[in-house]
Amino acid sequence: MTVDLSSLSTPGPTITQTTAPFWEAAQNGKLVFQYCKDCGESVLYPRKICPFCWSHNLIWKSASGKGELKSFSVVHKPGHPAWIPAAPFVVGLVQLFEGPTILSFIITEPRYSCSVGQKLELAPTNISGRVLPAFKPV
Amino acid sequence: MKAKKSYGSIVGIGELQPSRLTYGRTTLEMIAEVSKLAVLDAGLEPGHIDGLLVGPQVGETPQHVPATVCEYLGIKPKMANVVDLGGASAAGMVWRAAAAINAGMCEVVLCVLANIREEIPARSPNRNPIREFDVPFGASGANTSYALLMQAHMAKFGSTAEDFATIAMWARRNAQLNPSAIFYDKPAELEDILNSPMIASPLHLLEIVMPVAGGEAVIVVSAEFAKKLGKPTVHLLGAGEKITHRSVSQSPSLTSGPLKNAIANAFEQSKTQAKEMSLLSLYDCYTVLVAITIEDAGLCAPGEFGKWIRDKDLGHTGDMSLNTHGGQLGFGQPDLAGGMTHIVEAVRQLRGEADNRQIKDAMTALVTGNGATMSEATALVLGAEL
Repeated sequence: MTVDLSSLSTPGPTITQTTAPFWEAAQNGKLVFQYCKDCGESVLYPRKICPFCWSHNLIWKSASGKGELKSFSVVHKPGHPAWIPAAPFVVGLVQLFEGPTILSFIITEPRYSCSVGQKLELAPTNISGRVLPAFKPV
Repeated sequence: MKAKKSYGSIVGIGELQPSRLTYGRTTLEMIAEVSKLAVLDAGLEPGHIDGLLVGPQVGETPQHVPATVCEYLGIKPKMANVVDLGGASAAGMVWRAAAAINAGMCEVVLCVLANIREEIPARSPNRNPIREFDVPFGASGANTSYALLMQAHMAKFGSTAEDFATIAMWARRNAQLNPSAIFYDKPAELEDILNSPMIASPLHLLEIVMPVAGGEAVIVVSAEFAKKLGKPTVHLLGAGEKITHRSVSQSPSLTSGPLKNAIANAFEQSKTQAKEMSLLSLYDCYTVLVAITIEDAGLCAPGEFGKWIRDKDLGHTGDMSLNTHGGQLGFGQPDLAGGMTHIVEAVRQLRGEADNRQIKDAMTALVTGNGATMSEATALVLGAEL
């Protein structure tokens, strides 16, 4: 990956009224998630009701930005053609310190030296002109 | 075998030879051709069909699929529906057909899936969570998702690239006995699989199904109706299903899937167990899914599929026969119909009509279907004449 990620023209998020606060925070270099005041579960991606207890009583919380790599893949043949200039690149499943898992882009230096269980931290990254909540090794 | 209950009978099968590309064909035409094969095989007339189960048809008929198919085929069923469970659609259809028959909705159900494949495939634009939260990070398509499952299995259990490649090797070996398979006459051994290009690590190219055009159909009737036909019949002895999530980030587990529950239900209902199956007809979009299914079926402990598979002969004369038609890894994946290849092959084996790859005294088969990212799961236990 030598390409400037901000110069890509990959598909961005299809933002809805409910999810807008998540993407607004992302644009400001932050990661937020929902917390259910009724059952105490943390929720990601954002929803209208809690998937654990169906309560509407969801509030936004800021994530610490700390997480752990549950799995990863070095993508050599991207599923979407707009990603081809960036290949190979790493995507991973990041379990946040607060509980929920997010699929994200993993910044790796030296290249592709990832391991499952590795500690990660939030690394807001401009991809195709939008700041997304990517992660990098601590 | 102990006396078992039949929840429904498969009396007809149809299969189109898979091809890499189609030119100027339509899905409806392919559905018509394969449906005709299945009805002829059953010894029925088109007018007998009073139930229809079809799949979603991206790019051709997004809505009103059953009505469009009915009109084209000139049939007027009393029950019709779309089954939308990805790779589990076919197995899901058989169970639903039996349920509809047992509920008195209809008597003869045509379950059919087919697809064309053109150089520029039709895309279906999504506006849903997987599109919003996975695609912007570079994770489009199933390869990445299954790569994440495979990496997690390797990290948790120490399973190796060779363990996974062994599954693809057996698919290719078995495909050499199936002239219809896309990889017939194209053998690949362990080194070939491990030396094939890395697509999304740790997944190699030859651990991923090849998309093809094709079609598959089965006819499901009641056991009583089947008896009247006087033809070789395959019975549905048990089934199970489970749907848990859509995107891999939301998966309850990365190393075990909803097939665990579905298979357990199918064994419970059929009063059978994994080790007595004559055939394992396991959905194989990727090597890793077969690995997890072997473990979820209870054939070995979690994480030990590699040890289980090592030194086993998985051919039709082997210790445990797995996907004797070559699986989708050997046959090709005709989109949603790919899942039905596992049913059609099980029927052939249980009828004793599998020619040069016939399993001796085949009595029972476990058939699995899997959709999305290890999300949608259906399992069937099929049996030869009661």
